[in-house]
Amino acid sequence: MAPLIQIEDLSKIYQTGEIELAALRGISLSVARGEFVAIMGPSGSGKSTMMHILGCLDQPTRGRYLLDGEEVGGLKPNELARIRNQKIGFVFQGFNLLHRTTAIENVELPILYDGLSVRDRAARAGEALERVGLGDRRSSYPNQLSGGQQQRVAIARALVMRPPLILADEPTGNLDTRTSVEIMALFQELNRDGITIMVVTHEPDIAHYASRIVTFRDGTIRSDLPVSRRTDAKEILSKGMFESA
Amino acid sequence: MNLLIVLKIAGRALARNTMRSALTMLGIIIGVGAVIAMVAVGQGAKAQVEAQIASIGSNMLMVFPGSTTQAGVRGGSGTVTTLTNDDALAIQKELSSVRLAAPSLRTVAQVVSANQNWSTAVTGTTPDYFTVRDWVFGGGRPFTPSDLKGAAKVAVLGKTVADNLFGSQDPIGQIIRIRNVPFKVVGLLSPKGQSAMGQDQDDVVIIPLSTLQKRIMGVTNIQTIMVSANSPEETVTAQEEVQRLLRQRHRISPGQDDDFTVRNMTDIAAAAEASSRVMTLLLGSIASVSLIVGGIGIMNIMLVSVTERTREIGIRMAVGARGRDILLQFLVEAVVLSLAGGILGVILGVASSQLISAFVHWPTIISPGSILLATFFSIAIGVFFGLYPARRAASLHPIEALRYE
Repeated sequence: MAPLIQIEDLSKIYQTGEIELAALRGISLSVARGEFVAIMGPSGSGKSTMMHILGCLDQPTRGRYLLDGEEVGGLKPNELARIRNQKIGFVFQGFNLLHRTTAIENVELPILYDGLSVRDRAARAGEALERVGLGDRRSSYPNQLSGGQQQRVAIARALVMRPPLILADEPTGNLDTRTSVEIMALFQELNRDGITIMVVTHEPDIAHYASRIVTFRDGTIRSDLPVSRRTDAKEILSKGMFESA
Repeated sequence: MNLLIVLKIAGRALARNTMRSALTMLGIIIGVGAVIAMVAVGQGAKAQVEAQIASIGSNMLMVFPGSTTQAGVRGGSGTVTTLTNDDALAIQKELSSVRLAAPSLRTVAQVVSANQNWSTAVTGTTPDYFTVRDWVFGGGRPFTPSDLKGAAKVAVLGKTVADNLFGSQDPIGQIIRIRNVPFKVVGLLSPKGQSAMGQDQDDVVIIPLSTLQKRIMGVTNIQTIMVSANSPEETVTAQEEVQRLLRQRHRISPGQDDDFTVRNMTDIAAAAEASSRVMTLLLGSIASVSLIVGGIGIMNIMLVSVTERTREIGIRMAVGARGRDILLQFLVEAVVLSLAGGILGVILGVASSQLISAFVHWPTIISPGSILLATFFSIAIGVFFGLYPARRAASLHPIEALRYE
């Protein structure tokens, strides 16, 4: 089976007036279905740019990017929007929920932009909320929820279109340790169900929940290693080992 | 995306800022309200003028005595009494385009009943006058040709005169005195209301011409001749024929000025109508300016809204909203604002025209056309002034929108 993500010699160059800034310099990367990849690296290493391109929010300057067998490189903005809607779920550091909009309506949002009209929109959104353990908070507004709960709503929103890929950009950056582990447990659970997950983080602890760590530096991949001793979030939760983890 | 959902999103976004939405709408409400009320006033005035013209008779010509020029000094119209009873007879008999011609003579006199008196215009004329002027009788009858022949002392009263002399009593058969001459009231005219010039057309007493000439004024001349053409289309022909005939009868050689004036009511009607049309246009366009100002208000608020909600736009784009989904969302929001403002404006406009009618006593006519136009216009304003902010929202780059603080 073809890899879910295949990147070949990909570059991104930002042009600001006379100055050219290469954020990515000839990256090649392949991610198989069902992998859990952590992307690490210092600020300015190109990992955010990488995530934006992977998430079809931005286009590479050069190189090839195949997502689910489809060449993304030359696609028009509308086609990119369709891919974001159908194939990618985003989870952000700042949750990025719509204010004064209930949890269920936030989760419904991607379905609104689906080309097909989905009659059981609320049912599907409810299902996604159940899956992240917030079945009873459907009508809560983001400001009535804790940070962890808000991130769960965001994950439910990422899940609702049943995409093969979830991209998470510092998903635990705004959360305390226990909540971070809970969120990572949720990601591991989703990963076990077959969803490919890529998490950008600068915390080594968080990266060790993944099965593979890709480290960026100066726009190139410095290392790409499997995780030998993977942390199981469920185990940590059951043992109450947050402090040490 | 389903339009119903877009409407729902727009409604929710507007409800979030109730005060701001209401104030933004206010511009459109006032604009549309003003257009509707002003056009209603204009249309009302136009209809009133038309009704007045119709009450005079649109196929009517009026012949007035002309001015004289003595030693280079020109007198005004009516300074001479050049028209005669025979002129009127000749016009009626000799001209094919003329149906009737009624000579008339007027004087102002104190009219006295048993216990009331009233100063009014007394008109002496022929029975045809009632037909020419389209008078309808509210009671009794017009005087007859034999009344005219015999200079009978009979009178027909206008509504205002009857009210002032007899109140609620039936005036038919009563006796009135005009300059001490007793007259028997034989007819009562139905009210016509004000003339185009604001005169009370019902403040009249009409008696046979011969009676006025011989028994009251002691003259033989007449003042005006009311001519009724066969049809409104023939008024121009009739006007030319009357002019030719009178020049001939008065022996006016070519190159000399007429000693009379023929006035065509159609011209007066057209002028009055044109002026009320100009008024409607003027009022309407002044009101339209406020509608445009309202539209600019919408654009302003939509621009603020797009900036405020940059992050929301980024989120929507990240989960799959296309540029045109965002465009539609903001455009629909602007149109919902302007259309809701438009509908409230129509209500305000209708209400204020009713108030104008009730308190200022100006007639107003609210045409369905102006309501439709105002509604359509407010949608158009929403689209026009909402498009720029919406395009700005749609052209945002998803990453920059997401990063916006």
